Amino acid sequence: MRRIRIKGDVIFKQIIMVITTILALYPVIWLISIAFKDKNQYLENKFFFSWPLQMVSFDSALRGGRFFLWFMNSAIMTVGSVILCTIIAVFAAYAFAKMRFKGQDLLMNILIALMVIPVVVLIVPLFILYTQTKLMATYPGMIIIYAAVCMPFSVYLLTNFFKTIPHEIIEAGIVDGCSSFTILTKVVMPLSGPPVTTLIVVNALWIWNELLLALVFLPKDNLRTLIVGITVFKSKYNLEVPTTMAGLLLTTIPMVVLYIVFQKFFIRGLTAGSIK
Amino acid sequence: MYLKTRKLTPYIYLLPMILILLFIYGYSVVKVFDFSFRRIRGITGVFVGFDNYKFVLVDPIFRHSVLNNFQLFLLIPFLVFFSIIFSVLLFERLRGWRFYRVSLFLPYILAIPVAGTIFGYMFTKNGIINEILRALGLDFMAIDWLGNPKFALWTLMIIILWKEIGFGIALFLARLMSVDESIYDSASIDGASWWGKLIFITIPQLRNIITFFSIITIINMLSWVFAYSYTVTLGGPGWSTVVMELYIFNKLARSQTPNLGMASAASVILLLITIVFIIISYRVRRRGEVVE
Repeated sequence: MRRIRIKGDVIFKQIIMVITTILALYPVIWLISIAFKDKNQYLENKFFFSWPLQMVSFDSALRGGRFFLWFMNSAIMTVGSVILCTIIAVFAAYAFAKMRFKGQDLLMNILIALMVIPVVVLIVPLFILYTQTKLMATYPGMIIIYAAVCMPFSVYLLTNFFKTIPHEIIEAGIVDGCSSFTILTKVVMPLSGPPVTTLIVVNALWIWNELLLALVFLPKDNLRTLIVGITVFKSKYNLEVPTTMAGLLLTTIPMVVLYIVFQKFFIRGLTAGSIK
Repeated sequence: MYLKTRKLTPYIYLLPMILILLFIYGYSVVKVFDFSFRRIRGITGVFVGFDNYKFVLVDPIFRHSVLNNFQLFLLIPFLVFFSIIFSVLLFERLRGWRFYRVSLFLPYILAIPVAGTIFGYMFTKNGIINEILRALGLDFMAIDWLGNPKFALWTLMIIILWKEIGFGIALFLARLMSVDESIYDSASIDGASWWGKLIFITIPQLRNIITFFSIITIINMLSWVFAYSYTVTLGGPGWSTVVMELYIFNKLARSQTPNLGMASAASVILLLITIVFIIISYRVRRRGEVVE
């Protein structure tokens, strides 16, 4: 009797999980299935894959928009911001974790407070400043904003990690007469692969997918990022659903690959903020 | 234990961070207050007192946007409930749990504009969702999801739930992994039911993380929903899905008559609302700790 009841339980849970998984996956599967259709196939069957799979929509997506240009813009923005943010954050976190200075707690509290400032609050003042200083619609202007917005979380996460590096290891460096900079590059950094990877993955995903700042600060067509490009693209090719879907799929692939390759680091980064 | 350094050395390491934060955050936060009291023409403007605030606060579109942001808070109990249920089911390592975990987390990886565009097509009046509902004989549910101002924001909330739930599940699952499993073993011996274990063991264990997740979600629903509103409905139909961020963006970039003073005033109001909610949630959290 008891056995049967337990089995019924498991079946019930499996049913719940299967339904939920279908709900979670179906929009993504739908995206993929529509991207592989031509116009007529889409009119015939809007639910699922049609055979044979067609590549026409990818073709028109790549030709219709300025896809490669947007892709390069996204890549430059993402790589540039991530590098800038990571380097600055490593230096700052090192000071927070391994040195004593006046105003240390205050500065850390300010950093934590900055994490909750809505990004949209920045756009009006920076819009006016950027128009004035010709930083508007430039790579460096955009990269500085992204690096700054990623900064508080990055410094916070790295500080917590650097604090866990045992002092004995660092003391060995001191005995050898190393400067604080040499200790950072020769002792601390070689131990910091995992947290730095986590940071790079989380920040890259955020910047690649960001819409609001890119819309405001990159108003020229030849500087658009992929995300802005496809948002515009959608309204331009409103009738051709398969073409839009192909464009969306191409935009998504780099980040899905990044997620699959670095899954472990990614989850760690998302949950890091919660561990106090 | 700390490195012995000269007094100035730490500040040299901190300098780049301080400079970039002062430039982007320091400058903006000071200036947004300043601009909110001015009628901006070009790069600055004459002082007009609280005029911009008055205009914003009597603007029905702004009022609507605030209420819309607040309506999004209704998602929090749903997000928490479903995150608990699914993280527990994953934690029980049902057959296939690894596949379920990747699947449930996938929506969180997608860019909001990508998800927004997909659902924008799926939820149209003759879109796939209504066709499926009709095929299932649920014609009464085949409503105009995004075209009817009564339903549009609720539809947007379904999309947000779909996309954000993965974060909650990942967060709760990570916490459950670190729970001492012997508590569950002894509870099982005592004959505790599944729901009993959930309510008396799991939820107390997750309490801090539930609070953390709720605070994060409050912040997000106030200040990180622009992309949903912009890509799915552009705030429409009417003003039914305008959020504060979109209001500010429109006043800056999309209106025929941009009004940067009003955009600044709205920004300050959003900032103050955010701060108030954070203070409230920390108060609640501290009270919870005192009770404990």
